[in-house]
Amino acid sequence: MIDLQGFGALLFAGTQVTLQLTLAALVVGLILGLLGATAKLSEHAPLRLVGNGYSTLVRGLPEFLVVLTFYFGATDILMALASTLFGYDAYIEVSAFAAGTTALGFIFGAYASELFRGAIISIHGGQAEAARALGMSKRQTFFRITLPQVWRIALPGLGNLFMILMKDTALISVVGLEELMRVTAFAVGRTKEPFTFYLTAAVIYLLLTSIASLGLRYLEKRAALGVREALS
Amino acid sequence: MTWEAFLEMLPKLASGAVLTLELLLLSACIGLLLAVPLALARVSKRWWLSLMPRTYIFFFRGTPLLVQLFLVYYGLGQFEAVRESFVWPVLRDAFWCAAITFSLHTAAYISEILRGAIQAVPVGEIEAARAIGMRPHQVYISIILPRAFRMALPAYGNEIILMLKASALASTITLMDLTGTAKTISSINYMPVETFVTAGAFYLAITYVLTHFIRFLERHLHPDRKEPVMIVG
Repeated sequence: MIDLQGFGALLFAGTQVTLQLTLAALVVGLILGLLGATAKLSEHAPLRLVGNGYSTLVRGLPEFLVVLTFYFGATDILMALASTLFGYDAYIEVSAFAAGTTALGFIFGAYASELFRGAIISIHGGQAEAARALGMSKRQTFFRITLPQVWRIALPGLGNLFMILMKDTALISVVGLEELMRVTAFAVGRTKEPFTFYLTAAVIYLLLTSIASLGLRYLEKRAALGVREALS
Repeated sequence: MTWEAFLEMLPKLASGAVLTLELLLLSACIGLLLAVPLALARVSKRWWLSLMPRTYIFFFRGTPLLVQLFLVYYGLGQFEAVRESFVWPVLRDAFWCAAITFSLHTAAYISEILRGAIQAVPVGEIEAARAIGMRPHQVYISIILPRAFRMALPAYGNEIILMLKASALASTITLMDLTGTAKTISSINYMPVETFVTAGAFYLAITYVLTHFIRFLERHLHPDRKEPVMIVG
């Protein structure tokens, strides 16, 4: 049964690509989210406009449309940038993995920036003042005082986003990346058993999301060490 | 991008938007109808009754919508029994496959929203209803459900907007919705960025109208929250 008519190894390889894509997009998304949150909380009005515009626009668009724009538009955009900035005119090809990572990270970042912004403003201002009074620089204050607490507060929301991200990786199959959905479609084409194989893919996704939700519960518990809760 | 190219794609995208809206309307209504019994079974204290909706919700929330869509559109045809049954003309049609999948998918999310709302109905109101002699089904129909629907409305609105965005996947099973139309146009005019951005503007416009409609409904259903009329005497 694990053999799946000889397609077991292929599905396993596809699952690995799905995981790589999820993690790569997560890194891009977390960085964009932090940058977006910083822009939203900036003292400069143009930066705030960029930060707010980014999350408002991306959250109003279908994920699939964003993925298509990145994949089919990436070559155009990069070539236009390269020729205006560096005078480089050769053809630039963008891989499905790179386009998928940027597109999914871009979407994740838009939602995460809202979470981070909420978490940052929920931390009492007195803490940053105390850190400054102890002689910490602005950077030290951010990395030692603010960020660890932002992590704890934003973690449940980030967990939800992570699950959505994991399921959204299936969209990248449409632009040709050999991840779980794509290799499943390949197996379907060979065996003419669509139900069997799409159901198998569904079970693998269920396994992945279940493991992720267990891992997130553990992380949440760990991040909340030392936080007092009301006795129930 | 030239003006002609832009003006040329607008009517095509508009007809794609109509299909998107049809799918959205169908799945939002059928999804809600399915979600009510699911939510009621989910809050049941009998474990065997709440097991079915639990499994259903676990499956539909834990797998990508694309997999669900392909399971219905490509998967069901694998079985001879389905191909020879009377439902085959419906299941062979991409539009109905998309409508069915989206309804089943969104029903799982809506039922969780409804469950939250049902459990948030103040205990005192239920006790009061019982105290004046209402039967269990009367309590549900006249007290719990109307209260729950009103409380669930904002979250239901969010779910409709998520469904609008998810409906873009209909283009993967050959449907000419907004995204599908944009894909076709961009393969003819070779301007993917401009075309997809224009399609995006359509989605943003629909989202804008939907949010305001939900807000209007909310105000309409909460007469108690209306601004008091000032009587200047």
